[in-house]
Amino acid sequence: MYTTELQKTKPVASTDPADKLAAFEARVAADEFIEPKDWMPEAYRRTLVRQISQHAHSEIVGMLPEGNWITRAPSLRRKAILLAKVQDEAGHGLYLYSAAETLGTSREEMIEALHSGKAKYSTIFNYPTLTWADMGAIGWLVDGAAIMNQVPLQRTSYGPYARAMVRVCKEESFHQRQGYEIMMHLAAGTDAQKRMAQDALNRWWWPSLMMFGPPDENSPNTAQSMRWRIKRETNDELRQKFVDITVPQAEAIGLTVPDPDLKWNEEKGGYDFGEIDWSEFYAVVKGEGPVAKERMRARVKAWEDGAWIREAADAYAAKQAERNAA
Amino acid sequence: MSKDWPLWEVFVRSKGGMAHRHVGSVHAPDGEIAVKHARDTYTRRMEGVSLWVVRSSDIHASDPADDAQNFDPAQDKIYRHPTFYDIPEGITHI
Amino acid sequence: MPSLPPIRPEDESRARRQPPVGAFDPRPVDGIDVPLVEYLLRLGDDSLVLGQRLSEWTGVLPTVEVELSIANIALDLIGQATLFLGRAGEVEGRGRDGDRLAFHRDVLDFRNCLLVEQPNGDFARTMARQFLFSTWQKMLFEHLMSSSDELIAAVAAKAVKEVAYHQELAADWVIRLGDGTEESRARMKDGLAWNWRFVPELFAQDEVDFEMIERGIGANVLAFRDDYFRGVQEVLTEATLEAPADQRPILGGRTGHHSEHLGHILSTMQFLPRAYPEATW
Repeated sequence: MYTTELQKTKPVASTDPADKLAAFEARVAADEFIEPKDWMPEAYRRTLVRQISQHAHSEIVGMLPEGNWITRAPSLRRKAILLAKVQDEAGHGLYLYSAAETLGTSREEMIEALHSGKAKYSTIFNYPTLTWADMGAIGWLVDGAAIMNQVPLQRTSYGPYARAMVRVCKEESFHQRQGYEIMMHLAAGTDAQKRMAQDALNRWWWPSLMMFGPPDENSPNTAQSMRWRIKRETNDELRQKFVDITVPQAEAIGLTVPDPDLKWNEEKGGYDFGEIDWSEFYAVVKGEGPVAKERMRARVKAWEDGAWIREAADAYAAKQAERNAA
Repeated sequence: MSKDWPLWEVFVRSKGGMAHRHVGSVHAPDGEIAVKHARDTYTRRMEGVSLWVVRSSDIHASDPADDAQNFDPAQDKIYRHPTFYDIPEGITHI
Repeated sequence: MPSLPPIRPEDESRARRQPPVGAFDPRPVDGIDVPLVEYLLRLGDDSLVLGQRLSEWTGVLPTVEVELSIANIALDLIGQATLFLGRAGEVEGRGRDGDRLAFHRDVLDFRNCLLVEQPNGDFARTMARQFLFSTWQKMLFEHLMSSSDELIAAVAAKAVKEVAYHQELAADWVIRLGDGTEESRARMKDGLAWNWRFVPELFAQDEVDFEMIERGIGANVLAFRDDYFRGVQEVLTEATLEAPADQRPILGGRTGHHSEHLGHILSTMQFLPRAYPEATW
C-alpha cells in the first residue's frame, strides 16, 4: 500500500543492535515469517503498524461509497451481493486491525489516528458514487487494483499480515467479478445504462491508476520496503500490469478507456498510457478529495454516536464480573 | 473518547478439522458477544465449526528467546520421528 | 340542483353479482390462489422491509464488529424475502417474479407488518425492534417447518437457524443496553415503548390466516402467543426492564394500510427500476 510513502518520516538513527538486525534481515531474505514476539527493528515495526492500520482504515472507509447504494440496489440479487461485499470489507478491516494490534498498537489508537487525520487511507474512497454504475466501476477497477496489491502480500514477511492477506484474497475473488458483471450488463443494456457505465468508467479510471501511488522516482522507501518483503513490486510495475489487464476487459464490453494517449506498445508488450495528473493525486492525498470531509465526518460521527453503546456494554460486563465474583 | 473493548483471540476448528487454529482477534465487551463477533467475522462462509474465544490478556505464550530451551531438545530426539526407522517393504499398516 | 342519473337495471344486476368484499380484501380472481399469494407476500415483505431498514445502518455502527452482525442479519432477511417473493410470483402465475413484486408494488399492495417498517432510530430502538420481531419470527418459522407448502416448509427449516441467531443477538443487546448505563437504559426503554405498539399486530388474524391454517400451510400464531410473551418477559427481566404498557392495537399492514414510513422506504428502494422501466440489472 503506497499510503506509507506519503508520510514524511524523519530518518531516525537506528538504535537496533547490529547482530540482531543481521539475523532479522537474513530471516526475511530467506522468506521466513516474522511473528509477533520475534525481535524486529523499530523502523520495521513502525512501518508495518502504519501500513497495516492504513490498509484496515481503507477497508472501513471503503464501506461508505458502496454502502451509499445498498438501499437503492435495483434487484434483490444485487442488493444481497452488495451487502455481502460491504460486509466482507468490514471483515477485512477487522482482520487487519487484528494483525496491527499484534504489533503493540490498540484499536483506539488507530481510530484516533484516523479521525485526527494523522493516519491515511486509500484516497480512492474520497471520490463520490454518483450512479449505480459506480458500483460496477468500483468493483471492477478499485477492487481490481487492490487485488493486485494484495496477492503478493500473501507472502509478506510479517506472519499475521500475510495470514490476513490470505484470508482477504480468498474472499476478494467475487468482489471484482460482481463489479465487472454489473458493468457488462449495463454496457449491453439500454442507452441510458450504457451512458451510465461509460460515465462511471470516465470518472473512476484515473483515480484507480492513482491507487498504485506516486511514480517510482518519488517513492524513496520502496527499496527498504522491498527488502523487508513488505512490498513485492514497485508502484509503476503494478500500475503497468493493471493497465495491461484492464484495457482488454473494457474493450470486451464495448467501453472506452478515457485516455487519448493509450496505445499498445509492441516492443514492450504492454500499453503506453497518458500522464497522470499528479497535482490531483497530491491534493487528494492532502485531504482535498471531493468527499474527503464527508467520509471522515461519517466515520467520526459513527464512532462518537456509538460511545454510549460501547460504554453500556462495558458497564454491563463490569456488573457481570462483580456478580460472578460474589 | 471511550476506551476499547477488551481484545479476544479467536480459535476455529472447521468441520472435520482436528484442532482449533488461531485465526485472529475481535474486540468485545464480554465472552458471549465475543463469540458472536468471532462467528460473524471468521466463520461467515463455514458450517459446523467450533469456536473458542479467549481474552488476549489470559494467553501465555512461549517466548521465542527461550525457543532453544523449549524446543531444541526435541530436535535431537530424532527417534521420535517415524522416518528414523527402516521398515522393510511389504510390511503394511505400520 | 342537478339530479343524479337513474340507476339502470344492468347496474343493479352487476352490483348483485359482485362478491361481498371490500376494496382491500383479497380479490377472488379466476384461477389464482389469492390467499396463498397474500400469505407469501406477508412473509416476504416482513423480511424485505426489515432487511432494507437494517441496510440503512451500513458504515455507521458503533464498532466494526457490530457492522458484521447487522449485515449478517440483513443478508439473511434479504435471502428469505427473495425466496418467499419468488414463490408468491410463481403461485400468482401472472409473470411477476420476486423483483417485479419487490420493486413495482406501491404501499397499498405491500403486506409487511408495521413493526418492520419502523424507523431505525438509535441502536437501542433498532435492537428493540429486532428483538421483538425475531423472537416472533423464530416461533413462526418453527411452526412453518411443517407447512404443507413445500417452499414455505423448506425456507422455514433453513431460516429458523438463522433467526435463532438474530433473536439471540438482539436479546444480548437488549440486556446489555437495558442493564448498562443510565443513558443506555433510558434509550432502550424508549426503543421498546416505540415498537411495543406494533406487537399486537403480530398476533392478529384474518380470513387469509384462517384459510392458510385450515389448509395446513400457515401457522396459527395464537398457538405461541403465550410462549412469545413469556420469552420476551424473561429477557426484559434480565435487562432489568419492564414490558411497556399496552395500548390500543395499531393494525393495517397485512391489508396494505401502513404507517407513513413505508412510502419513504419504497421511494428509495424502488427508484432505479421505476426510473428505468425497460432496464434489467
